[in-house]
Amino acid sequence: MEWDWNFVWEIMPTLIEGLKITILATVFGAALAAVIGLVFAILRMTAPKPVAKATAFVVEFIRGTPLLVQLYFIFFVLPDIGIRLPAMLAGIIGLGLHYGTYAAEVYRAGIENVPRGQWEAAKATNLTGRQTWIHVILPQAIPPMIPALANYLIAMFKETPLLSAITVLELMNQAKSVANSSYRYIEPMTLVGIFFLIMSLISVVFLRWLEERYAQVEER
Amino acid sequence: MTDWSGYIGLILEGALVTLELTVLGSLLALVMAFVAGLGRVSRFLAVRALATAYIEFFRGTSIFVQLFWVYFVLPFAGVTLSPLQAGVLALGLNVGAYGAEVVRGAVKAIGREQREACIALNLSRYQSMRHVILPQALPLMLPTFCNNAIELLKGTAVVSLISLTDMTFQAQVVRAQTGSTLVPFATILVLYFLMALAISNGMRWLERRVTRGLDGVRT
Repeated sequence: MEWDWNFVWEIMPTLIEGLKITILATVFGAALAAVIGLVFAILRMTAPKPVAKATAFVVEFIRGTPLLVQLYFIFFVLPDIGIRLPAMLAGIIGLGLHYGTYAAEVYRAGIENVPRGQWEAAKATNLTGRQTWIHVILPQAIPPMIPALANYLIAMFKETPLLSAITVLELMNQAKSVANSSYRYIEPMTLVGIFFLIMSLISVVFLRWLEERYAQVEER
Repeated sequence: MTDWSGYIGLILEGALVTLELTVLGSLLALVMAFVAGLGRVSRFLAVRALATAYIEFFRGTSIFVQLFWVYFVLPFAGVTLSPLQAGVLALGLNVGAYGAEVVRGAVKAIGREQREACIALNLSRYQSMRHVILPQALPLMLPTFCNNAIELLKGTAVVSLISLTDMTFQAQVVRAQTGSTLVPFATILVLYFLMALAISNGMRWLERRVTRGLDGVRT
């Protein structure tokens, strides 16, 4: 089977349509993950012991099971108990929940990496809890987190094709439906691969820049 | 009331396929990780370029796309693989690329004085890698390898989409046949979690083994 450029141009609009959905799902999923991660991190660090333990277990559980199965769970099981979600929303919740657990670890590590002396100094200078967080802890904790968070953003972007399994018409699903109706697999599948490769190469450059800008320089 | 024993049996059959994929995929990933990771610190430009291209390509596109590509596009190039072979190949190459970065990072993390000592002792490049660098780098790699193995386990769920009868696929079959969704999906979630736990416990044991005797050597 030969590579056919005419066919490539013919299917391009459909694929671009799918790419939009992919990016949309990534953006909303990332926003949700950032919030959920914060909730998990705070629960794990400040909640009473049983709650913290339970949160830790939930985080471990979500991290230890495949995103695909979680998506199936949200999409197929929840309607049985009366929660019927559109495919796209289910996908975003799945992505947000899964990557939220990763984000939680990043937050936790970032906050715990702020030296104890900073807390003590804040207390010594009579800052309130709010002031301590906003003016002392977070400004030091957030910059080192940024590269790690961006890393997970890219990872999440690469996982969005899984949403096709719960009927979201994103890039992969569009490619599959084109392939199935025309019996040509080479072009759609390769194009999807190329799209992802281009997007991630761009994001790798961006990530390197972030790392240089924010990561602490550790000399051995 | 549905008789669940048969369906649970079906899911357990799928669990075996998942285990098989995880083990074979991990083996391939381990080999690729060392080949590509050491390739990236090679002194030959061509080897470095090849290893970098492999790593960036497989880390840059998602496992899902790679799997479909292996399964649907390679046949046109004359390479027809069974779903299991396609799954192992895609998973192994994908996770291997992530592992390669771990190997490179760990090898680079071994201090310069170790390399200089090797040169001073007139060890060959192979000898210094085999007897000095790798034994120290291995403990650094293990925790991340553990995460990679769990990622691989989670990646196996994707192969159900190319009609391989793994655990996720069987759960879909059970769902289609019984109309019940909670039991099959909750069961496989728990099974996946148990497998992930087994991997992390196994790795912790391995970590204790390889660091034995290294106490106090590294700072």
